[in-house]
Amino acid sequence: MTSDRRAAAFKISRRTSPSKKVRRENFVGWLFTLPALFMYAFFVLVPFLLTILYSFFRWNGVGPMTWVGIKNYLSVLQVPNLVGTIFNAFWLVVWFSFIPVGLGLIVASVIHRIARGRFGTVARTVLFLPQVIALVAAGIIWGWLLALPGLINQILKAVGLGVITRAWLGDFHWALPSVGMVGVWVLLGFCTVLLETGMSKIDPALYESARLDGASWFQEFLGITVPLLRHEIGVCLTVTVIAALAAFDIIWVTTAGGPGNSTSVPGIQIYILAFTQRAIGLASALAVMLMVLVVIVIIPIQWLTRESAQ
Amino acid sequence: MRVARGELWAGRALLLALMAFTILPFISIFITALHPSGTVPAGGLEWPKPPQWINFVTAFKMAEMPKLLASSIFIVLAVVPATLVISTMAGFAIGLLRIPGARVLLFLFVFGLTLPFQGIIIPIYLLERAIGIYNTRVAIALPLIALYMPFAVFWMRAHFVNMPSELSEAARVDGATTWDLFWKIHVPLARAPVASLGILTSIWTWNQFLLALVLVEDPTQRTMAGGLGAFQGQYANDVPLLCAGTILILVPTLIVFILFQRQIIMALLQGAVKG
Repeated sequence: MTSDRRAAAFKISRRTSPSKKVRRENFVGWLFTLPALFMYAFFVLVPFLLTILYSFFRWNGVGPMTWVGIKNYLSVLQVPNLVGTIFNAFWLVVWFSFIPVGLGLIVASVIHRIARGRFGTVARTVLFLPQVIALVAAGIIWGWLLALPGLINQILKAVGLGVITRAWLGDFHWALPSVGMVGVWVLLGFCTVLLETGMSKIDPALYESARLDGASWFQEFLGITVPLLRHEIGVCLTVTVIAALAAFDIIWVTTAGGPGNSTSVPGIQIYILAFTQRAIGLASALAVMLMVLVVIVIIPIQWLTRESAQ
Repeated sequence: MRVARGELWAGRALLLALMAFTILPFISIFITALHPSGTVPAGGLEWPKPPQWINFVTAFKMAEMPKLLASSIFIVLAVVPATLVISTMAGFAIGLLRIPGARVLLFLFVFGLTLPFQGIIIPIYLLERAIGIYNTRVAIALPLIALYMPFAVFWMRAHFVNMPSELSEAARVDGATTWDLFWKIHVPLARAPVASLGILTSIWTWNQFLLALVLVEDPTQRTMAGGLGAFQGQYANDVPLLCAGTILILVPTLIVFILFQRQIIMALLQGAVKG
């Protein structure tokens, strides 16, 4: 309502010939945006354009720049170590995104259905905790838990699964899922709390009538909760998918991309290429591809959730 | 409420299991931190005898905690107030004044929401070397302010766009200038969203790792997270000491979370929904 009225007022003020006063006000208004715009342009927009520019050159950061056209992009797509980072990033989406969102939906609906009191509040707060600590700290903690003498292997031994114990982060097959587990630990609480907040906005009458009809938890979940939570699910997916594709901190402190390249993701490889191998052009090409990838994945998620909001 | 008994217990069991999954890692590193420094303890949950509380003192000295704390606080104080001021001004101009070109400006800022930091870190590094601020705390602070702009401007605009226009119109009739309108009327009304934004940007700054790693070589000039990264590099083989250092670095965050848990959870959720 108010926005309609303001839109109308806005139109009227535009229709009257732009008097000196209006022009002055507009000028002052622009001055208000300048500090933000200047900082953003200098440290974000210019670097963004420079990254694109660098990606067409071979350059070590100090010497002469050699124009190589799209060769850097072809290298990213052809060199297994580089294109592999993109596959790994998508693998990580399963762990950072699908599991926390899926499990979060279940946990949120459990809290919503059986634990609305004190217990639910405590559960939410505890589950949320990993979200506020530094990802580096999460990485260090799990680096130790997943080590050979770490807690995970101790628990496995205690329940009689001693044969499968290993140094999880040093295993070619298991390193990526292990890093993924850290993502689950960090992101599950965030998804749970966000989804539970969304659930509390759903009209309780819907649940009551479903329960009068004797609906089970599962029927309630599929029939009411999931469809009405589309927007919140979209938000969770967006946040977690970006966290997966742009992962850096957790992987850097747990495996640094290893063993071999089995947990190497674009963020790690950009860092190594640019700051240890001085391949600025190649690193920039990978950076551009990462940014394009994020946009390509995010747009459909946003579009789907916006559709349902109407 | 007709919830079957079995379902009730199954639900509670699930919640308890997940809470254990969340908490056990913290307990594990705490117990490990109490083992003798330099040993590789079995990572179970047995209480060490005698517990080596001295590890916390050693880690405090090794990590140069006072310097690291001072450095982190300096960076937060340089980043957060500046972010709040300039994003509130921009959000006010875009959301409330609706200056010509507001839509284009908003789009420009929103575009930045999808940019991962790694995407633009290389030119930032080269730029900072060129202008001579590389390896200082300012080297982390300035780009961070800029990197927060998409979210912060978007957040503040979302507040200002919902303010009733009658307020501004009445003030204008009384002859208020644009600055009066901003400073005397709208800033006091924007306290809640500004406070949430302050909490969010403080946590993000405290936990920032990549910028600290790339832009500052001296660990004592970094953020807490950046300092922890350096500490891990040095003491990777002394697990009890590393765990003690990690706990020391977590303590400030945990205290803040326990004190302001409701505000922090709300701010992070709203931040996600609006972003």
